Amino acid sequence: MAVKWLPRWFFQLASPRWCYQFIGKLIPWFAAISITLVVAGSIWGLAFAPADYQQGNSFRIIYLHVPAAILAQSFYMLMAIAGAIGLIWKMKVADMVAKSVAPIGASLAVLALLTGAIWGKPTWGSWWVWDARLTSMLVLLFLYLGVIALNSAIESETTAAQATAVLALVGLVNIPIIKYSVEWWNTLHQPATFKLTEKPAMPAEMWMPLLVMVIGFYTIFGLALMLRLRNEILVRERRASWVKELLSVKA
Amino acid sequence: MSDRQVSVGRLFAQTFKRDLVLAFRRKSELVNPLIFFLIVVTLFPIGVSPEPLFLAELAPGLIWVAALLSTLLSLESLFKADFEDGSLEQLLLSPQPLFMVVLAKVTAHWLMSGLALTLVAPIMAIMLFLPAEGMPGLMLSLLLGTPTLSLIGAIGAALTVGLRRGGVLISLLVLPLYIPVLIFGSSAVQAAITGLPLGGYFALLGALLALALALAPLATGAALRISVSG
Amino acid sequence: MGAELLRAKSLYCERDDRVLFENLDLQLNTGEILQIEGRNGSGKTTLLRILSGLSNNYEGEIFWCGETLGEAKEAFLAELVYIGHQPGVSAQLTAEENLSWQCALHPSLDNSKIGYAIAQVGLKGFEDVPSYQLSAGQKRRIALARLYMSSAKLWILDEPFTAIDKLGVAAKEALMLKHLSQGGSVILTTHQDLSDSMPVRTLSLGKPQTEVAYE
Repeated sequence: MAVKWLPRWFFQLASPRWCYQFIGKLIPWFAAISITLVVAGSIWGLAFAPADYQQGNSFRIIYLHVPAAILAQSFYMLMAIAGAIGLIWKMKVADMVAKSVAPIGASLAVLALLTGAIWGKPTWGSWWVWDARLTSMLVLLFLYLGVIALNSAIESETTAAQATAVLALVGLVNIPIIKYSVEWWNTLHQPATFKLTEKPAMPAEMWMPLLVMVIGFYTIFGLALMLRLRNEILVRERRASWVKELLSVKA
Repeated sequence: MSDRQVSVGRLFAQTFKRDLVLAFRRKSELVNPLIFFLIVVTLFPIGVSPEPLFLAELAPGLIWVAALLSTLLSLESLFKADFEDGSLEQLLLSPQPLFMVVLAKVTAHWLMSGLALTLVAPIMAIMLFLPAEGMPGLMLSLLLGTPTLSLIGAIGAALTVGLRRGGVLISLLVLPLYIPVLIFGSSAVQAAITGLPLGGYFALLGALLALALALAPLATGAALRISVSG
Repeated sequence: MGAELLRAKSLYCERDDRVLFENLDLQLNTGEILQIEGRNGSGKTTLLRILSGLSNNYEGEIFWCGETLGEAKEAFLAELVYIGHQPGVSAQLTAEENLSWQCALHPSLDNSKIGYAIAQVGLKGFEDVPSYQLSAGQKRRIALARLYMSSAKLWILDEPFTAIDKLGVAAKEALMLKHLSQGGSVILTTHQDLSDSMPVRTLSLGKPQTEVAYE
């Protein structure tokens, strides 16, 4: 599909080889930035930020929980958009991005759920609460698992990529509907006390390390995505001569 | 009516009729989901407690969940037979809008799953001691909600039609998408029992149905083309 | 030399780690029969499915009467009859019911010719029999009956003569000649030899290729 208004670099992205090399150059920078941010944010949040007057020190888990939750959601969007690009413009790299993002997003959802549970224990006394946010995150995990399962069930790579793209888009449309309905369901069954992940007016000393952690998570999981993507490119393009050269040099 | 409109209407009618005829000639497929519906509902008193008060509280959600699962069971047959005998290919090679064909098939499917469940639901309601006030709300919510289940389920069926054992996978793909319908549907029944106004719930279920009617056949058509091209 | 109907340019298709064909060009004009040849697994069925629009697993361009397939999809499908490996016949329906539904799907099929078509393929008297009671050859004949009802220009037939006897093959050859004289064309694959009197062009697939190497 010749669409003239798209910039040249968009079509350059279509070359797996170009992507492989370009990403390779980015990796050292991302590694340095992400590790710095995550370590700094963790220490700041876990050690130096003031304790919450109601929950004491247990609230500190939000420095892991909130970034994980935000990323799980935005990576789903990335997966759906990459899938759509692969579907419309038949770009292999976009398909590879979508396939690489799925397990990362799913792991982040699991992390968000686990940290949510860890938060719940000292706060509510139980390992799980049917809170609106946690329930929505659980459903998001199911959506991720569905995409991963469909991808592995279909043998042909191209068909699998197209089918999962459609599924991811259907999920994307449904996510706001699911969130709304789960929130509504939650208010029906719980008096409106305070929610698990409520963010009341947080003083700067609290939300600044959170911001650092969110950016740090983006960079470090972006790094994970880049590494997976490079692997996926090598696997999918294994018959191309540039890959064979690369692998024989390394051997 | 223009030539083309006549043929689109005829396509819908013929496809609808064909699917109904096919279903009635494979009678066992018709009845199995209904029996499943009944069995699932029976499991709870047996497995948990036959206490009337307990079951009455469980009833709205339980009947809805059983309806979801029964619909899922009948989804695999939506496109499978056509895929295997080559009719699906012919369907996709029609110059007529795929949307119509998909809609006709889903409507026929709903008639034999969702509508059938709705008609059988009062029996379940009695067995679970659902208060009589809840009955109209139950029927109406199922009537409004089950078409959405068929429409969304068709997407899952289309995505997996080329797989040998797509059955369990369909459930995994489709159940998370069913959650909003479940929430509003069972809440409507709860509201009916406690005498609260139902208008809002039906509006929400209606909105979900409208959205599904507009978008699901498109996704289903795309998924069918993808599954057949593989 | 008729007008150009179908043209494919630089077709490339790979499947299961093998390149089936690359840089494939073909052109089909009105009044021609094109036979695709090749060993089993050389991609004949895949090529036919690509040309009929069922599979988009290819790179390259396909043109119908000068327009790209993407632009002319509806017009193309209206002028196409495709008979694939599976006859497209529902086992629970009778021959008549099957053909009747096909007519609703494809406006190019004439509803009033159903009886005539069924008689022509030798199934007279079997119109009301549910197809699961018919043999494989009889089911295939129901699929072929469409050719007697159709005014479409392009026939794409994948192994149409499977389980058809010599008499049936001869009848279909006569039908194809009639189709050609009316400005139609045929692309087909077949293991059977067509008689020498048929004006057939061939395209061979599957030149021996061991490894795949590409940039």
